[in-house]
Amino acid sequence: MKIVVKPNTSIKNKTGGWRTFYPEVSPQKCINCGLCAKVCPEGIIYKDEKAPKPYFHADLDYCKGCGLCAAECPVKAITMMLDNK
Amino acid sequence: MKNILEGSRAIALTIKNINPAVVSAYPITPQTHIVEDLAKFKADGEADYEYARAESEFAAASIVLGASATGVRTYTATCSQGLLLMAEVVYNIAGMRLPIVMTCANRAVSAPINIWNDQQDVMSVRDAGWIMFFAENHQETVDQHIMAYKIAEKLKLPVMVNVDGFVLTHTYEPVEIPTREQIKKYLPDYKSTKGEFLDPNNPVTMGAFATPADYMEIREELHNDLIASKKIIDEEYKKFNKFFKQTVNGQQSTVNSPFLEYTGPSNPKVILVAMGSVIGTIKETVSEMNNIKSLAANLMREKIGILKIKIYRPFPAEEILKIIGKAKYVAVIDKSISLGQIGILASDIKAAAQGKINSKIQSFIVGLGGRDVTKEMVKKIIREVKTNGDEVKFIGK
Ligand code: SF4
Ligand code: SF4
Repeated sequence: MKIVVKPNTSIKNKTGGWRTFYPEVSPQKCINCGLCAKVCPEGIIYKDEKAPKPYFHADLDYCKGCGLCAAECPVKAITMMLDNK
Repeated sequence: MKNILEGSRAIALTIKNINPAVVSAYPITPQTHIVEDLAKFKADGEADYEYARAESEFAAASIVLGASATGVRTYTATCSQGLLLMAEVVYNIAGMRLPIVMTCANRAVSAPINIWNDQQDVMSVRDAGWIMFFAENHQETVDQHIMAYKIAEKLKLPVMVNVDGFVLTHTYEPVEIPTREQIKKYLPDYKSTKGEFLDPNNPVTMGAFATPADYMEIREELHNDLIASKKIIDEEYKKFNKFFKQTVNGQQSTVNSPFLEYTGPSNPKVILVAMGSVIGTIKETVSEMNNIKSLAANLMREKIGILKIKIYRPFPAEEILKIIGKAKYVAVIDKSISLGQIGILASDIKAAAQGKINSKIQSFIVGLGGRDVTKEMVKKIIREVKTNGDEVKFIGK
């Protein structure tokens, strides 16, 4: 098995299943400041430009549910919800 | 030409001629003159490797790991607590399949604090995935280091050369060090495989994360490759002996392979198995029996065989069984112990022998923390192994 790999290939490991809580962003409240994307240790919060009102949200394939984004959001747009799946 | 050299110096001179690109070490007890001499060669302008003085053994191992990942030849040496501190990196090096060669000057492990020889240090990392050599004397030490690089670079597996601390590292013996030119003919400059080393122009990820979906296969492959390495090791040993005829080892032996050396009759009653310098003491003891001063004659007369294990991992189980199966009594002499079990080499041999041979195999522990192994102790082991019972015995007197 190849153990030396190209950079960026470990995205095949979907690590989202490790979390207990997931962040739910309210597009209404989000002011697009981008702070959550900066503090996310996984680097997986992106701006959704296509939404009727653009806002930031996490790629749940990789979000580990640490809650940093919710704690840092200046307008409390993010709520950590119990992941029942 | 042979010189009378200290074991550490012989290793340092060999490494200088092997010409690694990076040497890293941590300069405090437990350490040997090996890296001290290598530092001096560099300071005196006799060597052109990069010498990185690390802030700990963990760092020293990490520095050679990083350097090796960039695709160059590296070297480090350690022992005892130093090896234990390196342990995490030792596993990483094997898991990342880096062809690093390291010398371990085998010494006891704390507590109590002790800086003398035994083999407990290396035995604590025996499962890490390294090929492990054990040398009996200075010449074998030198030879094994040269072979170690060839095998490591060919197989992409790290190799640890074990030499008994003090007994080999701090004593003087006649030894021949091949020149850089001679070594280069056997061991060409190291070229790492394209696309498998760190290179800014062709970025790669090494030592990446593996989930339960892949981890087990990767470990299984490492195990299989270690087992399969025996073939290449055998080839390289034959090639080595053709290139360097100075090898003094194995000349009196009946069976000689890269993995082991057996000296004795074909129908032995007792076989003594050991690794490292203690083999010399065992041979001396048998040589002096019956007032006839001949190893060969005494081995015949006493029906004793001496089995030296030169490569402990991959474990040469079949090769060992082929030899010990003929003896009624097998004494396995360890300078280490799996506390709460038995001697570690003894344990491995017993596991391999299970259901395959009928010899009685008994574990004897000697020389812990630098206790001298005397001829009297060897004679005592020969007497003890022939008695009933096979529980582990500490032979300290
Ligand atoms: S919970 Fe943690 S991992 Fe998930 S998006 Fe927020 S900051 Fe990132
Ligand atoms: S920190 Fe809050 S307000 Fe700022 S982008 Fe993220 S969700 Fe929107």
